Parts: sequence; C-alpha cells; structure tokens
Amino acid sequence: MRPGTSRGSEQLNPGTAAAPRSLLQRIVGSIQAHELLGASPERPDAGKFTLLRDTRTDGSFLVHHFLSFYLRAGCKVCFVALLQSFSHYSIVAQKLGVNLAAAKEQGQLVFLEGLKSCLDLLFGEEEQPGQPSPLQFLSGSSGELRALFDFVRVSLTPCAQASWKGPVLLVDDLSVLLSLGAAPVAVLDFIHYCRVSVCCQLQGNIVVLVHSSEDSEDEENELVVNSLCHHSDLILWAEGLATGFCKDVHGQIKIIKRLSLRQAAEQDQVQIYQYKIQDRNVTFFARGLSAAVL
Amino acid sequence: MLNQGRCTYVPALPRRSSTIDDLKIQLETILAALFDKQIHCKSRRDTASVMAAGGGVAVGTLLLIEEDKYGLYSNLLFKYFLAEGIVCGHDLFVASAKEHPDNILKELPAPLLDDTYRKELGDEAEVVNSEDFQDSMKIAWRYQNLPKIEASPTTYTKFGHYYDLSKKMPPELCQSVKWHSFYLHEESSFEPKMKAWNMNSGYARLLQSLQRIISQEGFDGSDPQKKQRNVLRIGIQSLGSVLWGDDVCCSDPPEDPHSLTKFLYVLRGLLRKSLSACIITVPSHLIQNKAIMERVTNLSDMVVGLESFIGSERETNPLYKDYHGLVHVHQIPRLNSLICDVSDTKDLAFRLKRKLFTIERLHLPPDLSDTVSRASKQDLAGSAKLLSSGCGAVATGNQHLDF
Repeated sequence: MRPGTSRGSEQLNPGTAAAPRSLLQRIVGSIQAHELLGASPERPDAGKFTLLRDTRTDGSFLVHHFLSFYLRAGCKVCFVALLQSFSHYSIVAQKLGVNLAAAKEQGQLVFLEGLKSCLDLLFGEEEQPGQPSPLQFLSGSSGELRALFDFVRVSLTPCAQASWKGPVLLVDDLSVLLSLGAAPVAVLDFIHYCRVSVCCQLQGNIVVLVHSSEDSEDEENELVVNSLCHHSDLILWAEGLATGFCKDVHGQIKIIKRLSLRQAAEQDQVQIYQYKIQDRNVTFFARGLSAAVL
Repeated sequence: MLNQGRCTYVPALPRRSSTIDDLKIQLETILAALFDKQIHCKSRRDTASVMAAGGGVAVGTLLLIEEDKYGLYSNLLFKYFLAEGIVCGHDLFVASAKEHPDNILKELPAPLLDDTYRKELGDEAEVVNSEDFQDSMKIAWRYQNLPKIEASPTTYTKFGHYYDLSKKMPPELCQSVKWHSFYLHEESSFEPKMKAWNMNSGYARLLQSLQRIISQEGFDGSDPQKKQRNVLRIGIQSLGSVLWGDDVCCSDPPEDPHSLTKFLYVLRGLLRKSLSACIITVPSHLIQNKAIMERVTNLSDMVVGLESFIGSERETNPLYKDYHGLVHVHQIPRLNSLICDVSDTKDLAFRLKRKLFTIERLHLPPDLSDTVSRASKQDLAGSAKLLSSGCGAVATGNQHLDF
C-alpha cells in the first residue's frame, strides 16, 4: 500500500522526507473531525445549514463533536436537546474538554432539556401567560412549533453586553418531534423559520440530527429527511457498515458538500471515510485503512 | 466392541454394540460435551444472562422487550426483573391491564439462596463433568490452550441472583418490600387536567400514578430529609395491547398513532430524573404499523426482541435443537459516553431448562451428517440476516467488502 495513493488526509504534505513507516502512521492517525470539514475553531463557518443523518447506527457522536467545537470557537449556542438529559451531554463534553455547566452560567450556552420541559408542562403548575413552554404543542391540539421557534429566536438574539461569535442552533434530534405529534409540515416550517432567522439574518449556523433508513416504513420521517437534504449546505451521513458489525470500524461517514446549492453548475463533493469511536474521541480514516487491518 | 480404527483416541467409552449410528451418537455426545465445557460455562458470564436476572438495567433507563408470539418468555423476563427487585430490597411498581398485579407478584420465581443454589447448579455441573477429559484433550486439542474457565458460578454471583422457576417466591419475602400496583380496570376515571394531554387515557392515568408515587416516595430526590435512597423498579406489562385502550395493535393506521410514543417520551423524562429502572413488554408482533415500532425503538434505551420457536419451522430445525428461541438485541444504551458497551457476540439464544432460564451464545452443534447438507448452511445464512446488533448493522448489502 503506497502512502501517496491514500485518500485519507488532505493535510499530509507528500514532500516531507519522512520514513515510510511514520508516514503510514500519520495516515492512520486520527484525523480531527474539523479537519475533514475544512473548518477550525478559529474560524467557524457562517450561515451554513448542516444536516447530520444516521442510518442503522447512532450518529449522536457528531452532535457531541459539534457542540464542543462551537463552544470552543466562542460561538453562542442554543442546544435543543430532546432525547437525553443535561448530565449526559455534560459528562461527554467533559471528556471532549468543554464544561457545559460553566458555558451555561456564562450565557454562552442556552440549553433546552426537552425531557424536563415536557414534565414541567404536563405535571407542573399553570403556566404564566408571558412564558409559554417551548414544547407547548404537546398539550395543544394545533401541533405547531411556533413556541419552540420563539424560544430559539429569543435565545439567539444578540444582547448588548455579550460578545460571542456567530450564533449556532443545534437540535438533537428532529425525528423525536414527529414522534411527539408534530406534523411533518410543521417541522419543516420550524426549520425554515429557523434558517431565515439564524442563518440569513444573524449569519449563524444550524446543525440538526435526524434518523433515516432506506427501508424505513416511517414515511413522515423520510419526507422530512429528504426535504432537509435538499436544503442543506453540508450533509454528514453516518452509516453502519453494509457487511455487518465490526469491532474496529464502527461505521462509515459520508461527507457531502452541497456546492450545487450555491452555484448552479457545480457538482456536489462526496467523500467517504470510516470511523471508530473511542472513549474520548473519534478517529477517522480512509476506507480499508483501519489500524486493526494494517 | 468399538471399532478401534475410529475411536482409539477416546478413552473410557461405555461398551456398546458397534453400529455406525451408535458411534456417531457417542462421538456427538463427546464433542458436544467438549464444546459445552468451554462455551456453556462461559455463557453464564454473558451480560445478557446477567440481565436476565434483572441486574443489568441501568438506573434511569428503560428496557423494552418485544414479546415473543405467545408472551411466555417475555413474561418470564418480566418476573425475573421483579423478583430481583424483591431480593435486592427495591421498591416495586407493577402496572398491567391484563393480569392483576397481586397475581403477578404471587407467581414470581423463588430465589436460590446460598446453600441451595450451589447444590442445584452443582448437579448440572456434574452431568457435564462426567465426560471426563480433564488432563489432555485428544480430539479438540487446540482448546487445550484456552484459559481454564470456572465451572461453578460462585465468582460472579455478587451481581444478580439465581432463581428456581419450579417454586414460587415465599409470600413473606414478597411482603418485605414496598410495592405499588396499577391495574387499569380498577383505576378511577381520569382528572380533567389530563384531557389537555392528547393521549390515550389509560396511558395518561398510568403516568399520573407513576409521577405521584415518584414524588411522594422521594425517588426524585425531592425530599432532602430522606437518608435512605432506594431504587424503584417499574414493570409495565403488554403496553400497547388492546387492553390498554390503544388500537395500535389491531388497526393500521391507528386512531391515535402518537399516544404510545408520547407515553414513552414522558416516561423517559420521569426515569431520567428519578432513581428508577423500568422494564416494559410490548406485543410488537401485533403492531401493524412498523413506523411506530421504529419510533418506539428510538425512544427506548435498550430494546431486546424475543423470538420463540414454538409453532415455527425452527422448532424442528436441527441447528436449533438445544434452544427454545432467539434473542435479538435491537438497541443498546449509550449512556454518558461516546461509545456503548458492545459485547463481542451478537448471536444469542435462550433456553428454558427445568428450573433455569438462560441466555447463551448461539453455538451450533457439530455437523456430523454423512453429507454436509447445503440446505442447512443456507438456512443458517438466512437466520444470520436476523441477527442484528445495537450499534452496527446486520449485513444488508450484497458486497463482501466495504471499500
């Protein structure tokens, strides 16, 4: 296997006079997730809609990555966490080097814990008229996500004293809204309003996680996912391996840069890597170059 | 008189008439014993079998069991979970629309306490040891180098207990813990506030009852005075069946497709904020709308499906002759970490012995037929498609390589 032919890492400089073995080591070494995406904590993107998609596997490691990435970059983050509790994200973020509780206290992170909010809505006292619950659609009959959008808008509106970099909306995960009774059109409307408000007006970013599968029978979900795919600037698609379970390679990730969205004649750029999730980070490598194989 | 040419390697065989079939049977028994000695003992360590004793559900999470066709084995797991709760001294909350919880608690299996279980399991271990090839293995000599595995389960009984299914739990042991019951047909009609929930009234009442118990008994830490913190084990039987007033099991599309998923979401919220662990059995084979099952799987932490061989062609399939059914792990929880705890083996099967229910790694009996039949291999490949894992895929593509 010649190092020069690998597609593993664009950051490698082929001109370096390195012994073949160490070059090989660098190929299989961990490529940082943000290197793959061409972004760095010093200059995060602006106005981008990133769709995280998973099929037959759990793509939540991508959510953890983006959360810690944007917090380290100094952006103001509004995290709509529908599926897990705050402590879960906090513990994982600590392993990735970010303190969520501190970020929340400083006002850098606005955290909507869906589970807690739902309990407050259903079992809590009568709500004050000025502060509707973000998950109000659960108890109403309208199924509209207006209250959720208002929550997002208010949290990301820049306030006078703080000087965070661009706002970011992170949603984990959108498929849960469908399970809770929101109509697919309502979900798409919510995303559309968020895009206008966060991406266009505030020049921020949106990252959304959805589940999907080719042979899924959940048509509403597939409708939402397909529609979002058409409107995304970047799609990160984590899939389980087609050949079955493997201990050393947990799955493959397809990175689709949708250049055709901005410019008519451009073609989408697709890159495929495989990954292995470890306790404190995720290593990416070119297909077939897993450390276990070499 | 044994045919010397075939069996010189095997000492201490009983004298039998030397037909080919007899020799085959003897060889099969010996090889089976050899395999069993290595793998059967190993299987007791399987986390899945520990889970069967009810000890393996993390606090704050939900274990969803997809019932087998007649609900026999899922009921067993349900009872194991509750029995383990009683032995550990946890509080119980049992909810059902089918059987009255009092009756469920009367039917729990009796625990095997220290002296008795050693004897019970000692009997079984002796049967295995009677094929005595301790010192050197002549046929399966490659296995000689594997680390010796403890035959008796003494080393890992700290976690979980063993139960005797042929005996019932003594009533005084049942009364030693505090337990709450929810039998749908005895509950009073719902309060007006729940009308705004947009949920099936049976589920809404169950949630109300659960929330009340959790806050009154202090499982959510709301009572700082309480020094002794205990765990609440929640068991909900046959959720989604018609008896709960939900038609998700009998019509497609159901009248209210979101009730079940909303219930699971609110339950998840209650579990996460309290010291409780929950087991739910769902008759998923009756649910017509597969989209709902996909959503239910996403909303649960751990999902295990039981497939029993009763009434299916697998009952007579020689590949599965030692087992009563398969265990499919559809989802495993990813708690507080990027990775999940994936075990090496994905192929699990269960069997119900006279007194014990075990989940073991699926291993095939040795293929000793005259002609190695292709039919059985294809059948196995077909069944391999059903073996799925929690965080990887079942082999779906036609390709054999991923790159």
